Amino acid sequence: MAVKKFMYVNRKAPYGTIYALESLEVVLIGAAFDQDVSLAFIGDGVYELTKGQKTEAIGQKNFSPTYSALGDYDVNKIYVEKESLEERGLTLDDLQHLVWEDEDEDWAEKDSIRLVSRSELADVMAEQDICLSF
Amino acid sequence: MTLLHTVNKSPFESMSFDTCLGYAKDGSTVLLIEDGVYAATTGNSAADKIKNASGVTFAVLGPDLQARGLENKLADGIKVVDYEGFVNLVAEHDSVQSWL
Amino acid sequence: MSSIEVNGKQFEVDEEGYLANLNEWEPAVGEAMAAAEDQTLTDEHWDIINFLREYYEEYQIAPAVRVLTKAVGKRLGKEKGNSKYLYELFPYGPGKQACKYAGLPKPTGCV
Repeated sequence: MAVKKFMYVNRKAPYGTIYALESLEVVLIGAAFDQDVSLAFIGDGVYELTKGQKTEAIGQKNFSPTYSALGDYDVNKIYVEKESLEERGLTLDDLQHLVWEDEDEDWAEKDSIRLVSRSELADVMAEQDICLSF
Repeated sequence: MTLLHTVNKSPFESMSFDTCLGYAKDGSTVLLIEDGVYAATTGNSAADKIKNASGVTFAVLGPDLQARGLENKLADGIKVVDYEGFVNLVAEHDSVQSWL
Repeated sequence: MSSIEVNGKQFEVDEEGYLANLNEWEPAVGEAMAAAEDQTLTDEHWDIINFLREYYEEYQIAPAVRVLTKAVGKRLGKEKGNSKYLYELFPYGPGKQACKYAGLPKPTGCV
């Protein structure tokens, strides 16, 4: 099977709607197919990655720790759009630090998140075979 | 008549928050819940709108703010309430307008 | 929902035998589930079960088999980080079977 470039575009905040969790589950399931996968977080999607989420009081599962497992699933291209962060008063420091371990370099930890501008991300998006939007 | 307005949508995704502010008169309270809590955070256009809406009291539902990891981003002048506080607000106002 | 009895205590399980509430889990539950499938749990089994529980605690998911294999290789040594070793321990599939004994839900994407 030829490897295709898949981009999952995340545009919704977590918890208020089911989109963010559904997207994450599709990514984890899809990771079994050995495709070239990347994730984009734009608009309210950047809120999915905030650190310090605590959901006990709203009675929903806190799925934010699962983003840290993406590296284990060889999903290590995570694009976060700079403009979307700025419009919301956020910086990279407000987000979880996501890493992956490079088996070929004795499990060296490398950053998964790539901070990109809207126009840079538009270029990456244009290179994809398939974009799935959530 | 005093009104309690609730907003449960992100201000960056829906017009609910802006529309609500247009209808919130002096003496009324705007309670931000669910994805509406993003309007209660600092450093964005919603924060400026809250600052300019004098005469209106703003509150945010703590559990929803916590869930989203934004407790340390709360803008000044916004009261944090828990579920009991939500009920009290409903009781203190004459009626409730939910901007869905 | 049905339930299983372990040491006089009732534990709710789903239609495939996975524990309904992972906080109720105790080692005896894993032992009982294994015994029901004619399996005796050795230290080698427990290494995997405990690893799965730690993984779930940290990431809130049960890892896919591919992820489990890679992580076991890193943690417990290359000779254990392969599907042959894991399938010998858990012939019904390390994802399904070991997760069940560990009290975790069925791994995401596991059919």
